[in-house]
Amino acid sequence: MERDDLIEYSLDTHHSEEQGKQIRSKILKVTVLLTLITVIEVALGAFIKQSSEAWPFVKWTFIVLTLLKAGYIVMVFMHLGDERKWMRNVILIPYALFILYLIFIALWEALAVGDAWSSVAV
Amino acid sequence: MAGQTTQLDSKTLWGGKESPFQTSYGKLMMWFFLVSDALTFSGLLVAYGFVRHDTLEAWPIGEETFNSLPFLGHGYPLIYVALMTFILIVSSVTMVLAVEAGHRMDKKGVVKWMIATIIGGFFFLGSQVWEWSHFIHGSEFGRIELADGSEAIVKGHFGEIESFTVVEAGMHHKKGDVIKDDLMHTFQHAAENGQIHEGGMIHLHDGSLAKIKKAHDHDMELTIKYTSEASKRKIGDKIEGKEAEKQYYASLYSGTPKVTYGAKWFEDGEHWLPTKNEYGPQQYAHFFFFITGFHGFHVFSGVLINILILIGAMKGTYHKRGHYEMVEKTGLYWHFVDLVWVFVFTFFYLV
Repeated sequence: MERDDLIEYSLDTHHSEEQGKQIRSKILKVTVLLTLITVIEVALGAFIKQSSEAWPFVKWTFIVLTLLKAGYIVMVFMHLGDERKWMRNVILIPYALFILYLIFIALWEALAVGDAWSSVAV
Repeated sequence: MAGQTTQLDSKTLWGGKESPFQTSYGKLMMWFFLVSDALTFSGLLVAYGFVRHDTLEAWPIGEETFNSLPFLGHGYPLIYVALMTFILIVSSVTMVLAVEAGHRMDKKGVVKWMIATIIGGFFFLGSQVWEWSHFIHGSEFGRIELADGSEAIVKGHFGEIESFTVVEAGMHHKKGDVIKDDLMHTFQHAAENGQIHEGGMIHLHDGSLAKIKKAHDHDMELTIKYTSEASKRKIGDKIEGKEAEKQYYASLYSGTPKVTYGAKWFEDGEHWLPTKNEYGPQQYAHFFFFITGFHGFHVFSGVLINILILIGAMKGTYHKRGHYEMVEKTGLYWHFVDLVWVFVFTFFYLV
């Protein structure tokens, strides 16, 4: 018996030669962008020392650039940007909430532990 | 089949039969798996952040630790890791091109880009092997403990060792023998065990004593990474030129173990312990091996899965099926591996 509840959603993603051209040029643009970001990151890392005054700024620049790179990979390469809005949200929101909380709690605690150790060490 | 042209209001979407996300079961499950895997990697990186934030020791700096290239030696901060990053980005691009070809039912295109992706994956794995090996063996100078108990990492050009000339015979070598094999390894092993002495003499395995013939070092620079109570030096202090050479060789010739090369296991009585590494706190090397190793394991399994999918594509399995969704699903996994590396690159090497 043929099941009528199986829908081949994968067929929806098919596209024509014409659309393919557009998609490929977008891929090329993103590739250039990702490479550029990596080059900027390496140049900053190699030329600005961690002891320099500009370091905190550089550090945050790294984090912002990394998130930008990650965004392009997830949204364009992994096609999450083309999925339905709530599929996107179901994946991103729980993850983001949990990780932001984990980062906050772990680093905050680590600083407190470091303080405690330095007061014992002296 | 492709009959999703019906009205997609919220009632039909959530009323059963249709997938509310308009996605196949397999793709959705791949996404959920990736979220859980992302949590694992985040956990590892946050743990790394924890240790780094609570440590009182000087944490190793990426551009100082990773500044070598194969065949070219030192002085190229971060270039090698940048190259690895670039390789992985390119293989991600070829993967997305394979997925795109699949959407056009272009079998040849899929096969071509899958092969490119697999080659990229192997390149990355090979690069990681070199990097691990380099990390384990360490630099030519190693990390040195100075006379006042402070410790420094060493940068500069290491003068090549040309030969050892035996001056006192041992079990194996006779007086006057000139040894030209395995010099660097022998030298570092002796240095680790405090068997290099005043005037450039080395105690060999067989008990013989030899004179080291070695070219001059250039541009030596010591950076203090650990300071003892007896020392007036501060972390980050630099010692350069002649003074650096004087301090370095005074420690090397002291007859006690003062040098550490790379990150190895050391024998401590009857146990083998990962007691020291050249770069800094023990945990640094632990996290390096665990995080890059766990990521490398993902790359490796990704390459294997890609090979299976390539075989499927070549046999025409997906073409018969009418769509190349398997390529898309493996693509998701492969992009995820690239995504993880973007974060490892930033938090392990850059920051």
